[in-house]
Amino acid sequence: MLEIKNLNVTVEEKKILKNLNLKIGKGEVHAIMGPNGSGKSTIAHTLAGKPNYNVESGEVNLNGEDLLSKDPFERSLNGLFLAFQYPIELPGVTNASYLKQIVNAHRKSRKETPIDAGEFLKILKEKSKLLDIPMDMHSRFVNAGFSGGEKKKNEVLQMDLLNPSLIIMDETDSGLDVDALKTTAEAINKLRNDERSFIIITHYLRLLEYIEPDYVHVFQNGSVIETGDKSLASRIDQEGYS
Amino acid sequence: MNKISKDNFTQERYKYGFVTEIESEKIPKGLNEDVIKLISKKKNEPEWMLEWRLSAFKRLENMSVPKWAKAEIDEIDFQDLYYYSSPKDFKEKPKSLDEVDPKLLETYEKLGIPLKEQKVLAGVAVDAVFDSVSVATTFKEKLNEIGVIFCPISEAIQKHPELVKKYIGSVIPITDHFYATLNSAVFSDGSFVYIPKGVKCPMELSTYFRINASETGQFERTLIIADEGSYVSYLEGCTAPMRDENQLHAANVELIALDDAEIKYSTVQNWYPGDENGKGGIYNFVTKRGLCKGKNSKISWTQIETGSAITWKYPSCILRGDNSTGEFYSVAITNNYQQADTGTKMIHLGKNTKSKIISKGISAGKSSNTYRGLVSFHKKAENAKNITQCDSLLVGSECKANTIPLTENSSNSSSIEHEATTSKISDEQLFYCMQRGLDAEEAQSLIVNGFCKEVLQKLPMEFAVEAQKLVSISLEGSVG
Repeated sequence: MLEIKNLNVTVEEKKILKNLNLKIGKGEVHAIMGPNGSGKSTIAHTLAGKPNYNVESGEVNLNGEDLLSKDPFERSLNGLFLAFQYPIELPGVTNASYLKQIVNAHRKSRKETPIDAGEFLKILKEKSKLLDIPMDMHSRFVNAGFSGGEKKKNEVLQMDLLNPSLIIMDETDSGLDVDALKTTAEAINKLRNDERSFIIITHYLRLLEYIEPDYVHVFQNGSVIETGDKSLASRIDQEGYS
Repeated sequence: MNKISKDNFTQERYKYGFVTEIESEKIPKGLNEDVIKLISKKKNEPEWMLEWRLSAFKRLENMSVPKWAKAEIDEIDFQDLYYYSSPKDFKEKPKSLDEVDPKLLETYEKLGIPLKEQKVLAGVAVDAVFDSVSVATTFKEKLNEIGVIFCPISEAIQKHPELVKKYIGSVIPITDHFYATLNSAVFSDGSFVYIPKGVKCPMELSTYFRINASETGQFERTLIIADEGSYVSYLEGCTAPMRDENQLHAANVELIALDDAEIKYSTVQNWYPGDENGKGGIYNFVTKRGLCKGKNSKISWTQIETGSAITWKYPSCILRGDNSTGEFYSVAITNNYQQADTGTKMIHLGKNTKSKIISKGISAGKSSNTYRGLVSFHKKAENAKNITQCDSLLVGSECKANTIPLTENSSNSSSIEHEATTSKISDEQLFYCMQRGLDAEEAQSLIVNGFCKEVLQKLPMEFAVEAQKLVSISLEGSVG
């Protein structure tokens, strides 16, 4: 479903990704590990289409379509979801109205009518419960004053609401305490199915203990230096990258 | 995807730019005593009103246009304007809607202001002003039953001369400044509201101003009196056709709140702003002032300013009554070549008077947006308090935002809190929203609406949603 071929990316004239190749099949979970500065977050931002991440050469196909020619919002509407490492604050915008608006943007692209307020509330209650999110969080402004854990849960809630086919998680485990990590991981596991693929970017084994990856890739200097199964993650956890 | 052609786009941006093809009757161009006499005659005014107009005109001869606003204003030739225009054969205001020209009804329908009984907005009474005349007023009789007077000012001058005589010019004296004095000389129509003692007006009152005729100035005059212990919420809306020339709207609005009375005055100003190259648009030079005359009275201004080539207005409160309160909530949006110089004056005269100012300025394109305010505490204003918060949001890098807050303090026991911020919509915020499926303009409008939320929620509920949409539309085309 996702195929990255010879991808070269520069950020502020610095070469970050070098001839990166990666193939992800339907329903697979791939973990990307690697030291700081190895290009882990860059791959996430490039796939999502962040401005200033310049693709010098290479190809990316998502579900048979050229991903790189699309605007960020089109990538989202086509099923790509990036869970941010540092979710952005939107002062003055209540979480509930924001969530409803992004849900409606996706419905509109599928030529569906906007969701009914009552129905939306019902779904929101259901999905929030799964993540242990109190409903009053939705009357606060998006991510503003949220704790690290609340921000990350809000990201997972959004991925649940938008029903994406490819989920990229950029260090979703950072900032979560053990309990929050467990709740979040359980919610993510519920999202796993045969149609949906995951890229999980992480430094640590602990998230991968809850969400078992099919493949683990080790990044160094902007490309994959080693690929293995989940035992590779345990080895790295014990021995480090060197 | 999401590419709109330029033509399409202009229409989308200002959907009120149409012209109603209706024959109009104008009096000759120019500003002189004869013109003023003719306006007064058209309105069937009593002698005292004409004299008042003429005395204003006399003073005008020695006044010049104020030049201190941070705006580049093309010289206006006041002799080359029409000062009065009405639909042809409009001798007297129609008694019922059946007699109103269907073209006019259709115009208001198109503007989203249905006037026909079966379609009117429930809970909102509307006075529709077309160029220089009021063409229809809804719910008038119903309001009359509880003693509320809601009618065109030209009608009030005839039917309620004692009230008009007592209060007109009592807040904005005819000597005030050029545009206010000009208005006093040539004003045509606007609304008159009187809320009797102890009455809480059960519906929103609103006036919808429409400029249609070309080369014509509109000189709105509105007078609202809230008697002891009464309450009223009033809203005005404004639109005009798209034209290459600049047109002048110079209004005077006076509010008077007696003991324990409260007036909430909201404006959604959407005059034609000119095209993306700065051609055309309304010059909106407006004097709005409220007098908290009685103790414990309250006047609250809320304004959403999105239109006009140039906006120049400072809705103000004179807090004379002890314990009276003045509030000013403003969102001013400028795009392309629009210029706004707007703010408020809070004049604290009485004891324990309080004022609150929240101003949100959003500038995009090559526009300029200035907050100008004055908070003044007089000697007797013991324990007076003011809170001022001015936030500016910049969209793009070619626009300007200025904040000019002035204070004068002659009272020893008063306090002012002032806070000002300037920010830009961050690329991070836009990218975050776009990653969730919103296109660039949807993302920007979400963020901007968040920025103005505090003010938007002060609007009467019936208009809040409309205002939110307007905020988004006004910024279309400004995303880089």
